[in-house]
Amino acid sequence: MENVQDHPFAGQKRRPTDHIMPVFLFLCAMISTLTTVGIVYTLFSESIAFFKQVPIFEFLGGTKWAPLIAPTHFGVLPLLMGTFLVTLISAVIAIPVGLASAIYLSEYASARVRKIIRPVLEVLAGVPTIVYGYFALTFISPILQVIFPGAGLFNALSAGIAVGIMIIPIVCSLSEEAMRAVPNSLRMGAYALGSTRLETALKVVLPAALSGVMSSFVLAFSRAIGETMIVTIAAGATPRMTANPLDSIQTMTAYIVQVSLGDTPHGSLAYGSIFAVGLTLFVITFLLNILAAAIAKRFREAY
Amino acid sequence: MKKTALWMTTVSLLVLLTACGGGQTSSQPIESTNASGQEQSTGQESPTLSGTIDIDGSSTVYPLTEAIAEEFGKENQAVRVTVGVSGTGGGFKRFVAGETAISNASRPIKDEEAEKAKANGIEYIELEVAYDGLSVLVNPENDWVDHLTVEELNTIFKPESAVTKWSDVRAGWPAEEIKIFSPGADSGTFDYFTETINGKAQASRNDALVTFSEDDNTLVQGVEGEKNAIGYFGFAYYEENKDRLKLVPIDGGEGPVAPSTETINDGTYKPLSRPMYIYVNKAFMDKPEVKAFVDYYLKHAGELADEVGYVHLPQNKLDEEMAKIQ
Repeated sequence: MENVQDHPFAGQKRRPTDHIMPVFLFLCAMISTLTTVGIVYTLFSESIAFFKQVPIFEFLGGTKWAPLIAPTHFGVLPLLMGTFLVTLISAVIAIPVGLASAIYLSEYASARVRKIIRPVLEVLAGVPTIVYGYFALTFISPILQVIFPGAGLFNALSAGIAVGIMIIPIVCSLSEEAMRAVPNSLRMGAYALGSTRLETALKVVLPAALSGVMSSFVLAFSRAIGETMIVTIAAGATPRMTANPLDSIQTMTAYIVQVSLGDTPHGSLAYGSIFAVGLTLFVITFLLNILAAAIAKRFREAY
Repeated sequence: MKKTALWMTTVSLLVLLTACGGGQTSSQPIESTNASGQEQSTGQESPTLSGTIDIDGSSTVYPLTEAIAEEFGKENQAVRVTVGVSGTGGGFKRFVAGETAISNASRPIKDEEAEKAKANGIEYIELEVAYDGLSVLVNPENDWVDHLTVEELNTIFKPESAVTKWSDVRAGWPAEEIKIFSPGADSGTFDYFTETINGKAQASRNDALVTFSEDDNTLVQGVEGEKNAIGYFGFAYYEENKDRLKLVPIDGGEGPVAPSTETINDGTYKPLSRPMYIYVNKAFMDKPEVKAFVDYYLKHAGELADEVGYVHLPQNKLDEEMAKIQ
């Protein structure tokens, strides 16, 4: 009997693994799809029970959120406002710093400097968010209370700063990769025409990499919206409509944590409110993902 | 040849794992006892107790139960006691469903909760374990509050309260915005305070000036971090953070009284003195480790209550409670 392995090409007979592997790989791919379907189904089905009792217009348009203590109000706008405030502050911090670091790393830094700085930046992304939360509460907040006397211990600004620091690596590494993917011929052409390094970076490379850079912004934004631990610890538990970053607020994610910790009975209105808020969060993130894909497609420049 | 060896090793490992996973080991088991109350190990009182005891409920009673659990754990290392902090209400919701063996409570069980327990066939024993003087705290830099009357507390904390500044409470106080830190809707402290001060349980103001949290540590941080803050929680949390908080004497009609071991014990600190309870599921008492724990609890509640900052029950009361579990 000849040994199959003696021939350079495997014999006509296919081994069992060749048949099994594609099926196995397909099942793995299906696991994530099915999980997503399961999550969406749970969110919708539990929220339907909630929306039967709280009209959706009151939920989306109401400006008072008081689901646990009588008299109850179920207007989600204060939570949306809180989430938006923290995310905006984090974007204001992360986008300039992240983009500037990306430009430096891709256009100015030597290979050796890049090799050192990139991993260090990744460390920021690796810090557990609960550590960021206590960092905001015990370090950033007292400093803010010195700079702005009258600021509370729990406020949106300190949480926003911490979230901003956390998402800098997302903006930086994705933007840097987008910029490095721009062909060098464009840069050389610009230099040949007499541009300075800064002009090339800002007027040639950045516009060419715009699609990737914008995607990184949207991705960082989605990450900030879904951030839970930092805002639970440092931003407070007061749902209110305010644009003042020094106020204590409550984000959607922090509300879900607050109710889950207190053990609400299954089927009650407060229990349903967790899913309604979760559904709102999911819809927002989903729309942001679609937006990211649309932006990437619109601005993509192929070379 | 190599492939066959690999297959053989994998198969034999799998067989070994399945064989080991199913068996009961008698030394240092870390398996949890299931909720249907099955008897574990031998019927006699073995010197080494083992198992898991699930406790949840009041964050006020938590320091005491946790201290007892720690001491108990030193002598019985194979017993794992987990203590949750869902709030008195949250703890009861689990307790009446039969999920927990013991429930910490800073208020007596409500009628609805007792009904649910009965409907689920849960019988329980109510045990008083210590006294607490529910304390009202302000920031140490707050130099204008010397005491607060019950009426003033009511104006601050009642639903739809119009008080936004300290000057609204008493003339002459600074016109600065009050920041309120209150336990949340699942907290027994909240139930007790609102019932005593506002006349109805769970009736509290609920606006942008109030931060609710079931976690008393968050409340401590809040009051400690803001000059115009006021908050209330169990006396033990004040004792632990004496240098960072200022205690407010309460005038219950007979002059301002500050909470302390004496005033709580003899009842002069009113109306905010209250007993703290644990509720034990009778079915779980069949387990030797649970019975031993509850026994240990009542034996040491006196000394440990004082250690964590609460007030111990007088010995005759403790003896009464002990009799309930025999």
